[in-house]
Amino acid sequence: MNKHRNNHISPAFYLMVVPVAALFFLLHTVPFLKGIFYSFTNWKGYGSWEFIGFKNFLQFFKDPSIKQAYGFTFQFALSATVLVNVLSLSLACGLNGKIRGKNLLKALYFLPYMLGTLIIGFVFNFIFGNIIPGFGKTAGIPGLSVNILGTSKAWLGVLFVTVWQSMAFNTMIYLSGLQTVDKDIYDAASVDGAVGLQRFIKITFPLIAPFFTINMVLSVKSFLMAFDQIMAMTGGGPGTATTTISMLIYKRGFDGGQFAYQSANAVILFLVVASISVFQLKILEKREAKVN
Amino acid sequence: MKEKEKTNWLLTILLSVIAVFVILGPLYITVVIALKSPSDMEHILALPTSLHFENFSMAWKLTDYPRKFLNTFFITSINLVFTILTNSMAAYAIIRNKDKSRFFNLMYYYFISAMFIPFNVIMLPLVKQASAFHLDNIYGITLIYIIFGLPMNTFLYSGYIKSLPVALEEAAKIDGADTFQTFWSIIFPLLKPMSATVAILSFMWTWNDFLMPLVLLSDASQQTLQLAQYVFKGQFSTQYNLAFASYLMVLLPVLAVYVFCQKWIIAGVTSGSVKA
Repeated sequence: MNKHRNNHISPAFYLMVVPVAALFFLLHTVPFLKGIFYSFTNWKGYGSWEFIGFKNFLQFFKDPSIKQAYGFTFQFALSATVLVNVLSLSLACGLNGKIRGKNLLKALYFLPYMLGTLIIGFVFNFIFGNIIPGFGKTAGIPGLSVNILGTSKAWLGVLFVTVWQSMAFNTMIYLSGLQTVDKDIYDAASVDGAVGLQRFIKITFPLIAPFFTINMVLSVKSFLMAFDQIMAMTGGGPGTATTTISMLIYKRGFDGGQFAYQSANAVILFLVVASISVFQLKILEKREAKVN
Repeated sequence: MKEKEKTNWLLTILLSVIAVFVILGPLYITVVIALKSPSDMEHILALPTSLHFENFSMAWKLTDYPRKFLNTFFITSINLVFTILTNSMAAYAIIRNKDKSRFFNLMYYYFISAMFIPFNVIMLPLVKQASAFHLDNIYGITLIYIIFGLPMNTFLYSGYIKSLPVALEEAAKIDGADTFQTFWSIIFPLLKPMSATVAILSFMWTWNDFLMPLVLLSDASQQTLQLAQYVFKGQFSTQYNLAFASYLMVLLPVLAVYVFCQKWIIAGVTSGSVKA
C-alpha cells in the first residue's frame, strides 16, 4: 500500500515539465536535427534542393576558407586559454594574499565580466586605432605607430581584448578555489621546507585542480565560439585573417548562399566542441575520484 | 582569536596599480571621450576642457535609445522572472522523480546533454524556424531565452534540490497541500540562493547578448541596445564622442547594478560555476 503511494507520480509533476520540454524540443532540438539534415543537402537557404550525401563534408578538405577559419580559431582558442588561465591564476594568488582593500580589488578585477563584449571591442578599437599609434609616433616606436588591427598581427589585438575580459571570471573561480585551501596545510608544509613556487606546485595546485578543470572546460568552449569581439574589432579581417568558425557560419550561411554547406560546418563545430568538453569532463571525474 | 596578519603592502600597491591602469583605464577613456567635443580631441587622454553633455542627447535621439532600452528591459526582465519560475519548477519535478520514473530520468539526460550544443551550432536552422513561427521579434526572442536556459538551469538547480530533505514535502502533503502548493510554499523559497545565481546569469546573458538579437531581430523597432550599437557603427563613423556617449549609456545600467550588488553578483556567479 505504502509502496504503491510512493511510486505514484502526481500529474502536477508532468505539468511542470512537459510544456517546457515540448517547447525546448520544438525550438532547440528540431533546429539541431534540421541542421544535421540540411548538412546533407545543397540548400542555399532558399529555392529548391537535393540530397548530396557527404559532399559538403568532403568539400571542407579542399576549401581554403574552412582551413583558414579552423586554423585561426584553434590558434586563438589555445593561446587565449593558456594566457587567461596563467594570468588568472597568478592574479587570484595575488588577491588571495595578505592585502588591504581586498573586496574593492576583487570588485574591480571582476568588472570586465559585467560589460558587453561588443562594446568592449568598440572601445579597444579606438584605443588600438587612435591612442596607441599616437603614443607610438610620439615615442618614435614604429611597431606601435600603426593600428595593429589593420596588420597581419590583428589577431594579437583581438587576443588581448579577449584575455582582458575573460580573466575576470576565471580569476574569481580560482580565487574561490584558493579560499577553500586550509591555511594549516601551509604551516605544515613550511615545517617540511616547502615554500614559494614549490609549495604552490606540490600543495596548492593539486587542491585547486577541480577549479582548474572548470576553467579549462568553460574557457575552451567559449573561445572556440568567439564571435562578438571579432565582429566589433576586425569584422574577420584584414582579408579573412581573423575569421572564426562562428563568423564563417554567420556570414556565409545567412548571406553567402551556403546555408547547407555552413550547416555542415556547424555540425563539425558541434562535434569538435562536444568531444573536447566530454574529454575534459572525463579527466575531471577521474581526478575527483582520485581525491575522494 | 584571529591572528593579526601583516599586510603585504608591495602586493597591495602592485595589484592596485594594475587595476587602475588595466581595468579602469579603458573605462576612463570611454567616459572622457563621451564628454568631449571633436575639437577637444588633440590630447585624447586629457580631461575635457568643457563638458559636452549634448553628446548624450544626440546619441539618445540618433539611436532611439528609449525604444532600444525598453526592448532590452522587456526581454531581460520577463526572461528573468519566467526563467526562475519555469526552470526551477521543471528542475524540481525532474530531480524528485528521476529515480522512480524513466520519463523524468530521460528528461534529465535530455536537458543535460543539450548543454553540449552551443548556440552558434543551431543558429542557422533556428532563424528559419523562428521566422516560420513568427518569433523573430522581442516576444519571440524572450520565449527562446527562457526555453534555452533550461539545460544550464536544470543542471544548476539539480544539486541544490537534491540536498533538500524530502521530509518537508511529505509533511506538507499530509497537511493537504497539492504538488504545486508544496513547490510554491516550501521548495521555491528554499531555492532562493540558487535562484539568485540563475537570475544574475540570465540577466547578464540577455542584457549583453549580441548574437541572438543579431540573427533574430532585424526590424529597427525590435532592436536591443547591444544590437543598436552595432547597427549604428557606420553612422557613428569617426564621430567618436557621439559613439562613446552611446556606449556609455548602454554600460551605465549594468555598472549601476554592479556598484550596489557587486558582492552578491560575484558570489552568485562563482557559486553557480563551482557548485555545478
